[in-house]
Amino acid sequence: MEIKVNKEKCTGCKICVDVCPVGAIEVDNDGKPFITEKCNLCRLCVKECPEGAIETTGEEKKKADIDFSQYKGIWFFAEQKNGKLSHVAYELLGISLKLAETLKEEVCGVVFASNGKEMAQELFNRGCEKVYLVEKENLDEFRQDIYVCLMTELIKKYKPNIVLASATMIGRSFIPQTAARIKTGLTADCTDLAIDPETKLLQQIRPTYGGNLMAKIICEYHRPQMATIRPKAVEEAKIIGNRAGVIVKEDYVSFNATCRVDLVSKEAVEQTIDLQEAEIIVSGGRGLGDGKNFDMIRKLASLIGGAVGASRAAVDSGWIPYPHQVGQTGKTVKPKIYIACGISGAIQHLAGMSTSDYIIAINKDPDAPIFKVANLGIVGDIFEVIPKLIQKLESQKQ
Amino acid sequence: MKYIVCIKQVPDTMDVKVDPETKRIVREGVPSIMNPYDYYAVEEALRLKERFGGTTVAISMGPLQAEAVLREAISLGIDEAYLLSDRAFAGSDTLATSYTLSQAIKKIGDFSIILCGREAMDGSTGQVGPELAEHLEIPIITYVSKIVNVSENQLECVRLLEDHYESLKSPLPAVITVVKEINEPRLPSLKGMLKAKKATVPVWTKSDIGGNDAQYGQDGSPTKVVEIWRPEIKKEGKIVSGEPDQLAEVIYQALKKLGAA
Repeated sequence: MEIKVNKEKCTGCKICVDVCPVGAIEVDNDGKPFITEKCNLCRLCVKECPEGAIETTGEEKKKADIDFSQYKGIWFFAEQKNGKLSHVAYELLGISLKLAETLKEEVCGVVFASNGKEMAQELFNRGCEKVYLVEKENLDEFRQDIYVCLMTELIKKYKPNIVLASATMIGRSFIPQTAARIKTGLTADCTDLAIDPETKLLQQIRPTYGGNLMAKIICEYHRPQMATIRPKAVEEAKIIGNRAGVIVKEDYVSFNATCRVDLVSKEAVEQTIDLQEAEIIVSGGRGLGDGKNFDMIRKLASLIGGAVGASRAAVDSGWIPYPHQVGQTGKTVKPKIYIACGISGAIQHLAGMSTSDYIIAINKDPDAPIFKVANLGIVGDIFEVIPKLIQKLESQKQ
Repeated sequence: MKYIVCIKQVPDTMDVKVDPETKRIVREGVPSIMNPYDYYAVEEALRLKERFGGTTVAISMGPLQAEAVLREAISLGIDEAYLLSDRAFAGSDTLATSYTLSQAIKKIGDFSIILCGREAMDGSTGQVGPELAEHLEIPIITYVSKIVNVSENQLECVRLLEDHYESLKSPLPAVITVVKEINEPRLPSLKGMLKAKKATVPVWTKSDIGGNDAQYGQDGSPTKVVEIWRPEIKKEGKIVSGEPDQLAEVIYQALKKLGAA
């Protein structure tokens, strides 16, 4: 397939030049645009051209219809930490159940653990119908080669239609290798999923280009359809009562799994901050001007029981370590209250926090984009407003 | 020892501005840059060479303009660079991209460590590294934060997971993806810039790297983007200005209502 500008229809309005996310459209001597080889065939220009002057030529090869009827079921990898399911497992169950409403297929969890029966029961209690369980001592611990082997073999044996995992560091490490081994498609870091009511295909929705654009992606000619889901992007499945489910136990030995990489030792990350679990987050940005001014942010956060976050600008300036970073390239958070202090609201930051329940933004610049997502926008100097606020909170505590 | 770094040219999307009237993204003059995470991979390759000897190679798949980021890598000290460019690569998703890179790496041959940034700033998938390892049938270690030691056939390193570090030993060759904290990238030297200017960067097309036609470009990409749009930003809430004391009171009352004060 190729994309070309029909110069007869083109009026030279140059909208396409602006919309191209990769800057692949340039203007010729005649004032009309042409498409350079930077084009990645996203077709945004085709859609946006008001004259319909951008055309796709040499349609992509139509692949023969393959019969995928034997591929059934919505699977999700139930991630756990030290033998306890992570909240992301419930999020995946939640979105899987939503997909099952349209797709009418079984929702199945995949659990790798040293002892997984309780975890399976917890999934059943939230609406999961079946759990594929592989048990072995130390299997709670993530090992890339082992997890890839188990997942690949299970997929080959049972042929699920859809396989989901969380876009955590673990999911983002072993799921791509699994997909490559099976030679199927994988969409990273989705924020939503849906089933096309007609084709029954999985529609995978994700932000791209630093959160500037959203893309809908499908995997038409390969199975399973695989995706990783950004933590906190979808709702957790709720407990519905003590329910029965089917456990399909697979014998670990039958997989013949071997790990090429040896684990020598483990060490906890100092000062672990679980931003994604926090109900209140107070974040600082470029407006702080200096790392020591984060003390003010820390103080405010501690007074209201919040965690400390930061924008990329603050992290890149070395004012606060990377684990505090909120945004497209940091953590995605959805606290009850998010207070942005001296953060202008670059789209890359908004991508990581704009779904927070209540957003308070404090910024000197009334035109700062952060105010577009704020429930309460405070136009003021953080160095004047925050100390006053701290005073009020302290006096109330006394 | 040969260290191969995979780099990507990305649009400098972080500087995107929206035209307040048309609400469209203003692209004019937005330059293409080396993916910021790739600087750490380039730097680590240079340090590996300094510590353990060997040669460094950079590769990139992209349009002919992507040669610029390879020259930049040379200016930083990379020994040789190859650009993988062919119309046949257009429309590649991560599976086809990683296949293309793997074919080039096989052609270069005799490699011990393949380095990638943790993800690219534009697509942010982080999938190419692990998929590349699968095509090459060698181990992958993601999110590496420190290389402890490299010997003839073994790599000792530390990797970051959500809440802990792991010390790992892997046989070589292996693929690693690196995080920011692994190093502090250097700036190009004058000598490097001169070298980069004079260097030849061979362009390899599909026929140069061989392999299976069906695994390249759009044909080799199981995923397809069917729609792309600009996200709607939530409508504005209440905006308040005034004296610092009043403003602090407004926030205090809001926090009280939300049960946080």
